[in-house]
Amino acid sequence: MSVRVALHSPSGSRSFLERGLLLLVILILLEGTVLTLGAASSPDIGAQDNTGGHDHRDDHRGIEGSRGNTNYTYTKKAFPVLSLDYHHIQVPFEISLWVLLASLMKLGFHLIPRLSSIVPESCLLIVVGLLVGGLIKLVGEEVPPVLDSKLFFLCLLPPIILDAGYFLPIRPFMENIGTILMFAVVGTLWNAFFVGGLLYAVCQIEGTYLSQVELLPCLLFGSIISAVDPVAVLAVFEEIHINELLHILVFGESLLNDAVTVVLYHLFEEYSGAGEVTPMDVVLGVICFLIVSLGGIAVGAIYGILAAFTSRFTSHTRVIEPLFVFVYSYMAYLSAEMFHLSGIMALIACGAVMRPYVEANISHKSHTTVKYFLKMWSSVSETLIFIFLGVATVAGPHSWNWTFVSVTVILCLVSRVIGVVGLTFIINKFRIVKLTTKDQFIVAYGGLRGAIAFSLGYLLDKDLFPTKTMFLTAIITEIFFTVFVQGMTIKPLVDLLAVKKKQEAKRSINEEIHTQFLDHLLTGIEDICGHYGHHHWKDKLNRFNKKYIKKCLIAGERYKEPQLIAFYHKMEFKQAIELVESGGGVKLPSAMPSQVSMQNIQPKKLPPAVAERALPQFTKGREEEIRKILRSNLQKTRQRLRSYNRHTLMADPFEDGWNDFLLKKQRMIELEKKMTEMSNYLTVPAAPPDSPTMCRARLASDPNAFYNIKASSDGVPTIQVDLASPQSPDSVNMLNEFSKRGATDQDLGQREGADRDEDQGLMMKPSSAGKEEKGEEEGGNKNPGLMRCLSDPGPSNEDEEDEPFLP
Amino acid sequence: MGASQSARTEHEFQDLADRTGFSLEQIGNLNKRFRQLSKNEQTLSRQDLASISALDNNPLRAQIINAFFDKRNLRQNEVGTVQVIGFEEFLMVMSHFRPAAMHITEEEREKLRREKLRFVFNMHDTDSDGTITLEEYRRAVEELLSKAGTIGQETAKAIADAAMLEVASTTRGKMEPDEFYEGITFENFLQILKTLDIETRMHVRFLNMDTATMRCGK
Repeated sequence: MSVRVALHSPSGSRSFLERGLLLLVILILLEGTVLTLGAASSPDIGAQDNTGGHDHRDDHRGIEGSRGNTNYTYTKKAFPVLSLDYHHIQVPFEISLWVLLASLMKLGFHLIPRLSSIVPESCLLIVVGLLVGGLIKLVGEEVPPVLDSKLFFLCLLPPIILDAGYFLPIRPFMENIGTILMFAVVGTLWNAFFVGGLLYAVCQIEGTYLSQVELLPCLLFGSIISAVDPVAVLAVFEEIHINELLHILVFGESLLNDAVTVVLYHLFEEYSGAGEVTPMDVVLGVICFLIVSLGGIAVGAIYGILAAFTSRFTSHTRVIEPLFVFVYSYMAYLSAEMFHLSGIMALIACGAVMRPYVEANISHKSHTTVKYFLKMWSSVSETLIFIFLGVATVAGPHSWNWTFVSVTVILCLVSRVIGVVGLTFIINKFRIVKLTTKDQFIVAYGGLRGAIAFSLGYLLDKDLFPTKTMFLTAIITEIFFTVFVQGMTIKPLVDLLAVKKKQEAKRSINEEIHTQFLDHLLTGIEDICGHYGHHHWKDKLNRFNKKYIKKCLIAGERYKEPQLIAFYHKMEFKQAIELVESGGGVKLPSAMPSQVSMQNIQPKKLPPAVAERALPQFTKGREEEIRKILRSNLQKTRQRLRSYNRHTLMADPFEDGWNDFLLKKQRMIELEKKMTEMSNYLTVPAAPPDSPTMCRARLASDPNAFYNIKASSDGVPTIQVDLASPQSPDSVNMLNEFSKRGATDQDLGQREGADRDEDQGLMMKPSSAGKEEKGEEEGGNKNPGLMRCLSDPGPSNEDEEDEPFLP
Repeated sequence: MGASQSARTEHEFQDLADRTGFSLEQIGNLNKRFRQLSKNEQTLSRQDLASISALDNNPLRAQIINAFFDKRNLRQNEVGTVQVIGFEEFLMVMSHFRPAAMHITEEEREKLRREKLRFVFNMHDTDSDGTITLEEYRRAVEELLSKAGTIGQETAKAIADAAMLEVASTTRGKMEPDEFYEGITFENFLQILKTLDIETRMHVRFLNMDTATMRCGK
């Protein structure tokens, strides 16, 4: 009944889209039977169907055969022009429908203004799940057991955890590892025993009709319900933008308590069958915990290293790079689960271990792909989990016991608060940055429960645990309580308490410099103090990493790159992309974020001679011409993005090539030095550019100067843009292209040939100065063909782009 | 005699503890380390610090050693360098690395922050003129990357330039081409490192236990 009310009241305010969705759902229901999604997800049932059908046919034939081949010929039926075979596609079709529903729901929430700012998405999704489940029930179908444990643990959970592990902020995580472990291990243990024990005590009270509940099931229930859920925490904490410390504390706890939960769960499940618990079992339990957690980490780390090592050799097959990240991680998860080790910890370890090496190895595009795929999968999984939670609530058999449920909710809150306050009291004695009362409150209040608890409860054996349905009802209530009440109120509370929020500012290079600086400084001070503290060991580990591990796992020369340089390159690279994307060079200066140019900070030491020696050889018109040619080249490279090749992503020189471009900086610098000697500037008597940054800065502030320098100097620093990798044949030399363009202007056919060559990724020869000049001269000539491709490439040009690139 | 001397040092230590905020145990430990480094002399020279083998791999070795002999870090309002430092000065420099106390007011936090940042600033500002010029910043980054081989040296300049540009653009906003940014002043320095929680990050764990004896056991 309540479902119905819920169905009607919000539908008035619902958007058209959602109404459409509901219609869609009804349509599905009408069309076919919404079979179990559990069945849908596990192909074995479909396979069974197939084999069943097959057997049937065989039987049929067998029967016919036994008839003695009397009537072997079939009567010919009319050829079915259109036939309907829903069962053929049912399984993938329904999976797709669920995913579509989930994604559209997510989309819909963000279309409704202000709704998503008030209610967390997770709550809305659960409500949607309730509605869908209610609808299915209304139509009279059996609600599918969507949140099947197998589906949940093998398909829905891994993407979320991998996403979390891969993008785990290692630094704050490691800095607070002690606190996190304390909360995750001791805190969870405390919660489990406190809740379980007290629940048992309550159950023994006369008049609650719960006296049949024994101690061990209670403890099992306690261990299920006590674990903070990473999915729920992520969903809520991502929306409240809490500061990094609190986020990593709660989130880290939710990740690491998995080992404790797994061990407790298996332990109590085992003993519930056996009955007696001896001290020996407790010892075994502790050993088991160590094996489960450390084993999980070890499995993850092994796969992580394997993934990193594999990615070392992918430079020729960039397209499948991202796959390695996913597959190795999933293998790590499955391998860990195979031994009943902590799969979550394996995934986290795998993601965290592989990331730095993989990122250094794979191309920028692959990195983006990894990022997007992880985010996409985890977000769809999360959406599905919450929807399924709602559906499962409608579906499941419930046995509501007021005492049990309310006591559970209260005990969970109480034990969480006591646990956090007590543990913080101990932890604060060791922490340098103490946890304040506010922090403790948020940590305690952020302890949300979620679908993991539900799935674990769902896994329970009905025969061993006659109270399973009551447990499930209590678990669902607790999940709903934490997700709805705590999840919805935590945001206002954070604002009310003025808890420090996360600063959204992007990391600046100065900060990065000083982070590194501080690391070394503190290590040095520790050494002077003569005691080997954290910084000392961290430094040792870093050096070991640099010396041996990186060498093995990172291809090429990049392993030598210190973190600061890597960061700088990343930043530089982002700017380069922004530069290219900000209008293909035409509107270059206005789009640049920086409003200060290198001239402003450069010490004024330029000799006046330099300014005077600037050679105003070219007329204004010539300059304009040269500039346009260069711009057209910029455009050209952008257009090449559109091209498609199944085996290799046609690389955008401004992306993939940039890294190599950076590595070849030395050559650039040399050339620039040479250039400085030549000092034949056209317009701007600027200081001699002595670093690439400065060049870029000048490019930003005054692109004309940049172009002029580039175009006119003799030892032209070529904008060397190599694709993919230095060895790979796909490389484009822009200035070379420019020169060739110029040289071949007169012969359009030849030009086309040259372009095709480029598109096929042939190696360009290094440009020679002579050719360069020729190109300039040619460029100086007014050529309509060239002019055309400045702003709008002509039709012939486009035809070229559309051509297939592989012969 | 011995008793009176120890009483004297105890009194001295108490005095130092009041001024630097270290506990008596920590001062005792640091004093042991000081005597170990200075080979039981009253003063510590640059050579003494340079002989610490663990520092060899630190890219900031020279800067760190210089910081100990920089008068600006000795909490006296003087500029310049000294050749040798006593235990008191040693402790003064070390006191910049004390962790923040648990309950401090916002003002105290800000003060602590300024002190710690001032220490870093002074390390960059080698000519003590109150600004970090581009040259100084480049040198600082070069030192930071000095262990990275040739790649480091080439990129250091570019990084320093980029960082300087960033400082100029965040602190000055738009600048005309003919304007000149002299260098990072301390106020600018505070501004650009606003998001770096230096008051909680720039600290070393000063042990209360006696580490010297602990290491002897190893």
